[in-house]
Amino acid sequence: MTAPLVELDGVSRVYGRGDAEVRALEDVDLVIDSGDFVAIMGSSGSGKSTCMNILGCLDVPSSGTYRFRGADVGALSRDQRALLRRHYLGFVFQGFNLLARTSALENVELPLLYRGMPGGERRRRALAALDAVGLADRAKHAPNELSGGQQQRVAIARALVTDPSVILADEPTGNLDSKTSREILEMLRELNTERGITIAMVTHELEMAAFAHRVVRFHDGRVVEDREAA
Amino acid sequence: MLWAALLMAVRAIRRNLLRSMLTTLGIVIGVGAVIAMVTLGQGATARVTGEIASLGDNLLVIVPGNAGNKHSGVAGAATPFSLRDADAVAELSEIAAVAPLSGRGVRVVYGAENTATTLQGTTSDFVRVRGWAVPEGRMFHAAEERAGAPLCVLGATVREHLFGTQNPLGASIRISNVSCEVIGVLEEKGQGTFGNDQDDLVLMPLTAYQRRVANSDDVAMMFVSATSSSATPRVQTRITDLLRQRRGIRQGDEDDFVVRDMKEVTSIVESATGVLTALLGAIAAISLLVGGIGIMNIMLVSVTERTREIGIRLAVGARGREVLLQFLVEAVVLSLLGGVLGVGLGLGASWVAARALDVPFVWVPELVALAFAFSAAVGVTFGFFPARKAARMNPIDALRHE
Ligand SMILES: Nc1ncnc2c1ncn2[C@@H]1O[C@H](COP(=O)(O)OP(=O)(O)OP(=O)(O)O)[C@@H](O)[C@H]1O
Ligand SMILES: [Mg+2]
Repeated sequence: MTAPLVELDGVSRVYGRGDAEVRALEDVDLVIDSGDFVAIMGSSGSGKSTCMNILGCLDVPSSGTYRFRGADVGALSRDQRALLRRHYLGFVFQGFNLLARTSALENVELPLLYRGMPGGERRRRALAALDAVGLADRAKHAPNELSGGQQQRVAIARALVTDPSVILADEPTGNLDSKTSREILEMLRELNTERGITIAMVTHELEMAAFAHRVVRFHDGRVVEDREAA
Repeated sequence: MLWAALLMAVRAIRRNLLRSMLTTLGIVIGVGAVIAMVTLGQGATARVTGEIASLGDNLLVIVPGNAGNKHSGVAGAATPFSLRDADAVAELSEIAAVAPLSGRGVRVVYGAENTATTLQGTTSDFVRVRGWAVPEGRMFHAAEERAGAPLCVLGATVREHLFGTQNPLGASIRISNVSCEVIGVLEEKGQGTFGNDQDDLVLMPLTAYQRRVANSDDVAMMFVSATSSSATPRVQTRITDLLRQRRGIRQGDEDDFVVRDMKEVTSIVESATGVLTALLGAIAAISLLVGGIGIMNIMLVSVTERTREIGIRLAVGARGREVLLQFLVEAVVLSLLGGVLGVGLGLGASWVAARALDVPFVWVPELVALAFAFSAAVGVTFGFFPARKAARMNPIDALRHE
């Protein structure tokens, strides 16, 4: 049996020390197989973002192990984790996090730049990714010339341009109206079904969680529910 | 990756063009000032040494006074020479010519024209040791010198003032109530090392000067030309021995005259330039330090401002070293930009100044290369700390940064 794509095993994350200690994650076990689409829910402060940061190799557990494709991420160096992100992970954030005063095309090219891809191919693939999110005609626009929905689509293009194994989306629709949110979710679902990209997404809305195959609910840093989506 | 970092750097600098320019100003001014000063200094040295070399590299100048004495240079304080001293020096071996010289400021009159100038009593050897041609007319003969004939040879400036375009040869001019005949005109030499007009003089046979103008047998200085450049140290010693004996200086006492080799003057000028260059080097170091701190300051501001950008780059897979490279390259581009502008400014300013001061414009490629090398080094040195700060950021905190 091959190792699952993502495997959290008794993971805890503690911020601060002594009186100021916050146990953001407490003994979390979570397995996500390749091709899954998981919605992570839970009240504010329940540890969803903390969990996403660990899944995204941006942070490491205080205790417990996180295995990504069978490799123990906790044992990797900072640079090795950067390489994991570079080659296997894509991020979509609530606040879009695009480079300001930089065209949509160049924003999408950014992850390819760090892969050392030559300019011509980089451009071609970035344009293809923008086309996939329906923004080919906005390639030259800077983020401040785009609507929120369009900015989030650029961010999705940036996440998918490297053909990642997993896209991690922390409240990707948190800043968007419900119609635009549905469009973004359609897009994520399409990436999941057509390209087989595994998706983990934090959301507060049941309507958005309904796009996923599976819903994981957090409460006070623990997984309290893990079920098939309706 | 380096190329990409370069493009990013250029873009970041263009985005904050005014700020970037102000930041580089320290380096621009420092590099510019040093380039300008050194270039001008080289030009001035080239001119001075060129002039000294044109005097002939086997020229010795003998003046009364003590080189080591505080009171040296005060003419008249020391016993002057006499024509017999000059004759005795001329008897020594390896000597080509000796020109004794004595002079004073006078007013010369021709008809309605008159001008103030310097009258020099000397011998015909004067034009030989100085390598001075007499294109119009002639220099006085030895016989005329001995006879103390009232003859004179004009410098180009005096000729211009008194005669304009008229032919001066054969004319009689009055110098301090002595009337004398113009027999020649000296070749024009132009401005001297210290901006003095070398052509503003009148030559007269030394004996005529002594008897008719000065009423004294004093000789103020002597120009001596050795037979070869390699003979000058020997000639210098012989003259010193001879004059010590003639002037009755006891063993152990100091000379009361100086025999100066013009080659020494060249080396004095060159060592003075060396000191100047060292001083400029210190100024350069300080201004580069100040410029470097300016760059470090602005890079720290830039890193803080762009925290979120750094977070994004780290999230999409940039390693610390790639972020470091980006900011380091940006600092180096910034400081090199300062270097380029500084070199341009320095060369431009020194070119203009060289024309205005009438010194040659000496282009020193090594200096320019050095300026670039130092600018780049400043960028690396002062850019490293801010770049490392960027590279060590925690991606999560950086992404959350407002
Ligand atoms: N850098 C930090 N330092 C200290 N405590 C932190 C830090 N980040 C998160 N926490 C704490 O950890 C807990 C979980 O935070 P987390 O951001 O994971 O919540 P969340 O589920 O994403 O909430 P939300 O829905 O509001 O985004 C919170 O109590 C929070 O205060
Ligand atoms: Mg959160």
